[in-house]
Amino acid sequence: MKKILKDIRINKAWCKGCGICVHFCPGKVLEMDENDKANARYPELCICCMMCELRCPDLAIEVISDDESTDEVSS
Amino acid sequence: MAVRDYIRQRFFPHLWCPGCGHGIVMNGLIRAIDHMAIPKNDIVMVSGIGCSSRITGYVDVHTLHTLHGRALAFAAGVKLSRPELRVIVPMGDGDALSIGGNHFIHAARRNMDITAIVMNNRIYGMTGGQFSPLSGSGTQASTAPFGNIDPAFDVVSLAKAAGAGFVARSTTYHVTEMIDLLKQAISHRGFSVVEILSQCPTYFGKHNGMESAVDMMENFRKNTKSLGKIPEGYSEDKVLRGVFVNENRPEYCQEYERIIASAMKGET
Repeated sequence: MKKILKDIRINKAWCKGCGICVHFCPGKVLEMDENDKANARYPELCICCMMCELRCPDLAIEVISDDESTDEVSS
Repeated sequence: MAVRDYIRQRFFPHLWCPGCGHGIVMNGLIRAIDHMAIPKNDIVMVSGIGCSSRITGYVDVHTLHTLHGRALAFAAGVKLSRPELRVIVPMGDGDALSIGGNHFIHAARRNMDITAIVMNNRIYGMTGGQFSPLSGSGTQASTAPFGNIDPAFDVVSLAKAAGAGFVARSTTYHVTEMIDLLKQAISHRGFSVVEILSQCPTYFGKHNGMESAVDMMENFRKNTKSLGKIPEGYSEDKVLRGVFVNENRPEYCQEYERIIASAMKGET
């Protein structure tokens, strides 16, 4: 079931800027910002694989998504 | 529940270094517990001393932060007195297999229903990067500036030989596999061991030619292989991942209950 991205929430206070999420993101959605914190620069490229959220050592990323079917029901 | 419901947010950001693999293990362990829908009140997490052992400060279940290497001994006490609780023991490689080595093999031999997680970053991080029993020969450490000559334990073989009922290995790169193995280990009735290769960019990486956490995780990706994907005659020198042992043997607390029941019968 295809997932639709609603939001990528990054807790900048917890992010330590290790860059793991940026390096392994298959869609190249993320980049480091001017303060060396993760930033969701291109959310439209996100495939909701959740790997950034699962690989974040700082528990600083939350990918909020909806299943396509759920979206249809609600619309 | 959300991840934040499983942590003590007042202690965040945590004190682990940027890119430390232990945070990824904690992340995976929380997902495993959440997927299994185990009530927080039914979980006891026991740790010893070291970077890895700080995990019991962060996870909002019943927690015990105990003595270096002795986490399994405390865990055995908890389990024997309250066998209905799920007891999870996250340990570092030094904590589990150096000072705690004897506790480790005997816990495996007894097959008490405890889940031991060896967060293996191959170094003593908290005290400044000394080599551990899992660093392995040829590695560099602050106490082995000319190279370490000590061979490493193979945690999987050791746990298997000592009698653990469930033995598995994964890495911080292979997060979905790690979560699946943790779930299997926690469900297993008996002593289960999951070795998770974890990166310490601050000490192990710096001393061994890997500059960043990303380099170290790339190393896990390239130099490990899933047991399920090994062709016949496989001979490459890669670290294997997956489930190595999954056997049901008599569990210690159940056997103890049985002895009590039979002794009580003898009295009447």
